Amino acid sequence: MAEVLRPEMLDISNDTSSLASPELLHVLAVDDSMVDRKFIERLLRVSSCKVTVVDSATRALQYLGLDGENSSVGFEDLKINLIMTDYSMPGMTGYELLKKIKESSAFREIPVVIMSSENILPRIDRCLEEGAEDFLLKPVKLADVKRLRDSLMKAEERAFKNMMHKRELEANDIYSQLKRAKI
Amino acid sequence: MDALIAQLQRQFRDYTISLYQQGFLDDQFTELKKLQDDGSPDFVAEVLTLFFEDCVKLISNMARALDKTTGTVDFSQVGASVHQLKGSSSSVGAKRVKALCVSFKEYCEAKNYEGCVRCLQQVDIEYKALKTKLQDMFNLEKQIIQAGGRVPQVDIN
Repeated sequence: MAEVLRPEMLDISNDTSSLASPELLHVLAVDDSMVDRKFIERLLRVSSCKVTVVDSATRALQYLGLDGENSSVGFEDLKINLIMTDYSMPGMTGYELLKKIKESSAFREIPVVIMSSENILPRIDRCLEEGAEDFLLKPVKLADVKRLRDSLMKAEERAFKNMMHKRELEANDIYSQLKRAKI
Repeated sequence: MDALIAQLQRQFRDYTISLYQQGFLDDQFTELKKLQDDGSPDFVAEVLTLFFEDCVKLISNMARALDKTTGTVDFSQVGASVHQLKGSSSSVGAKRVKALCVSFKEYCEAKNYEGCVRCLQQVDIEYKALKTKLQDMFNLEKQIIQAGGRVPQVDIN
């Protein structure tokens, strides 16, 4: 996973079982329904996430700077940890948005979750094949968001541990080389 | 004052339970309540307000789409609005409205005009009935608070 949550933002303690303070995950939520937007926003806020909500896939692309109107200059500092999008939206669907995000070099590493009120297996498969992190049936539950958040935090923790382990190995390697050279 | 608070709380509890038992509300409404706290004490009321606004807008769209005087009926247009209403009613726990939308959708797909018109009338009646019931529930909450009490958590199971 790319550095969407940089290690230096986390508490570097030996107790890696608990990731830092609830370092805020920034979630971009996309839904054309006003009711659902209000609902998902609250759900995410209650789960200690920073939330940006937009009402269409087009606006989501604008927000990310992927709408062709802007170069990606100025958008590198935009830190989004997760995108949650409704599937059925007028204009561009959530599936099409997913594809656009996975095509972009800047944002393809960001997990994208699709939400839908319809339990249609081919639809779910298509989304997962296109690289969706997860597919949630609406109405989304607090437990779903918690599960997502926990799994994202664990992935970050794993990536961080791997990085630390790698550094350790490299340090040990250098040390043994030095010993052999009797320096 | 305590006796009054206790009585109001009992009334509130009974009323809330009855709404679930009569099928007006389902588990999703319980989920909404979980998201409300002292920091956002009006969350449920706000979401429901948006929902009822949605009802007015979507029902008006459906009525227009089902109006034969303007030409042939576009059932896919009706279906699109029904789908949206089904979505919002599902998100707020409006059980009866949601169930009606399910039948309504089937009539749209079958291009059954009479069936659609009947559903439209029923959906209109149903959302208004829910609105009234919830108004009464919110009023009870207000009375409890005004009497100096706390609104109890109601365990549906």
